[in-house]
Amino acid sequence: MSTLLAYWNQIPLYLQHVIIVSLEIVGVMMAVVVCVAFLTLIERKVIGWMQIRIGPNQIRIFGLPFLKGLAQPFADVIKLLLKEVLLPAKADKAVFLLAPLIALTTALATWAVVPFSPVFVLADIDAGLLYVLALTSLGVYGIILAGWASNSKYAMLGAMRSAAQIVAYEIAMGFALVGVLMAAGSLNLSDVVRAQSGSMLSWNMVLLFPLMVIYFIAGIAETNRAPFDVVEGESEIVAGFHVEYAGASFATLFALPEYANMMMVATLASVLFMGGWLSPFQGLLPDSSLLAQPSFLWLFVKICWFLFCFLWFRATFPRYRYDQIMRLGWKVFIPLTLVWILVECGMVWMRIGPWSHFG
Amino acid sequence: MSSVRSIAKTLLLGELLQGLAVTFRYLWKPKFTVHYPEERAPQSVRYRGLHALRRYPNGEERCIACKLCEAVCPALAITIESDVSADGTRRTTRYDIDLFKCIFCGFCEEACPVDAIVETRIHEYHMENRGENIMSKDKLLAVGERYEAMITADKTADAPYR
Repeated sequence: MSTLLAYWNQIPLYLQHVIIVSLEIVGVMMAVVVCVAFLTLIERKVIGWMQIRIGPNQIRIFGLPFLKGLAQPFADVIKLLLKEVLLPAKADKAVFLLAPLIALTTALATWAVVPFSPVFVLADIDAGLLYVLALTSLGVYGIILAGWASNSKYAMLGAMRSAAQIVAYEIAMGFALVGVLMAAGSLNLSDVVRAQSGSMLSWNMVLLFPLMVIYFIAGIAETNRAPFDVVEGESEIVAGFHVEYAGASFATLFALPEYANMMMVATLASVLFMGGWLSPFQGLLPDSSLLAQPSFLWLFVKICWFLFCFLWFRATFPRYRYDQIMRLGWKVFIPLTLVWILVECGMVWMRIGPWSHFG
Repeated sequence: MSSVRSIAKTLLLGELLQGLAVTFRYLWKPKFTVHYPEERAPQSVRYRGLHALRRYPNGEERCIACKLCEAVCPALAITIESDVSADGTRRTTRYDIDLFKCIFCGFCEEACPVDAIVETRIHEYHMENRGENIMSKDKLLAVGERYEAMITADKTADAPYR
């Protein structure tokens, strides 16, 4: 141990820093990937239960007699990785193989700015929110390029739908975030969380409730999840942008980024509107009590709630028609967010709510 | 006024929340899935599964090659050729049922005057090669010999209702 420490101390300081940060990044990425794996299992279980089925219940970890079905994601991953990676004859081969990587990289890179706890953020940058917006917009390139490079009509249609849908909902989402920025006075996600401290009533979801609902619904549309999943639209365009993908490229294009993005939307919703790592008992219990301490566990509980909503909505709502999605995005959400931003301006002007202590 | 009410209803997502409440209730409902290979749903004695050709207890084939089953078969799945056998009786030389054509209606069983062709309750079988879908006379007789006890029991249980 002491020799190891001696070796460690010989490494120059900047290299030490690089090594620690790299380990942190690998840790966060592994955590995200493992969460994605189990999210797919939980999704199948929850939707099964809601349809009075039982969901996957066969694959066990090392054949243990309890927790049946827990190893299902590992079985799925092994199956996908062992399958042949198909290249369509007339596909643009380089772009075809590059597209899944774009989707995957952007989905994982977003996690750099998430404040997991009061002390742990990978990159505590001041333009964190802009970084998140930029990367989620970049993620759509993965889908569009996948659809284009496949050289298939269905994939192309799926990609076009995805592009139109994301353009429509990005605006509403951006306006919802503007509301949060006005409340927090900062683009730094840690500062956004700190601005909500006090008690549960000072969380953004109280005064900005309509914006939270719109943000979350726009988030569902951004991640192409049901009921806004016309991008995949099995009944009319087979599987949309990922028709031509199989095996490992399917796993990296479809499963990983989609679920990682779902988790990202859930995380952002809890950070921006439900006080991130802040405890819901803050202000109710004395500050010294354990339950009132801010910690990662509170963030985790909030993320789980939003992820459950994702699955809940998928089990409940039928798929929107394409024109209905466009109508909802352009004609309902954008005006609604604008109205609520005006209301918020009024509140700032009258010094109501979190703005009362400004100046 | 009514338009105001409808707009308010839309904005408050009333109907969507109703739907969510329904699925949330169902989340906790007990599940009644039958865990198939381990548990099985009850089967009727009249179940119409894989076909079999029967023999009399003394080992004589029941089938007399009357071709009524071939005539009645709505899917034209049965092919029969007959000849005079060594003991001077009329017997089938070929009795094929194409399982891909068969619709499992049970008419062959109904038409048979000597209860030779029957449908058993066997429904778990598979084919691995092309051509295995044709159940030849030998295969049908083999099924009948193997499951004779079950077939007799099923037919006896069903007899009072026929």
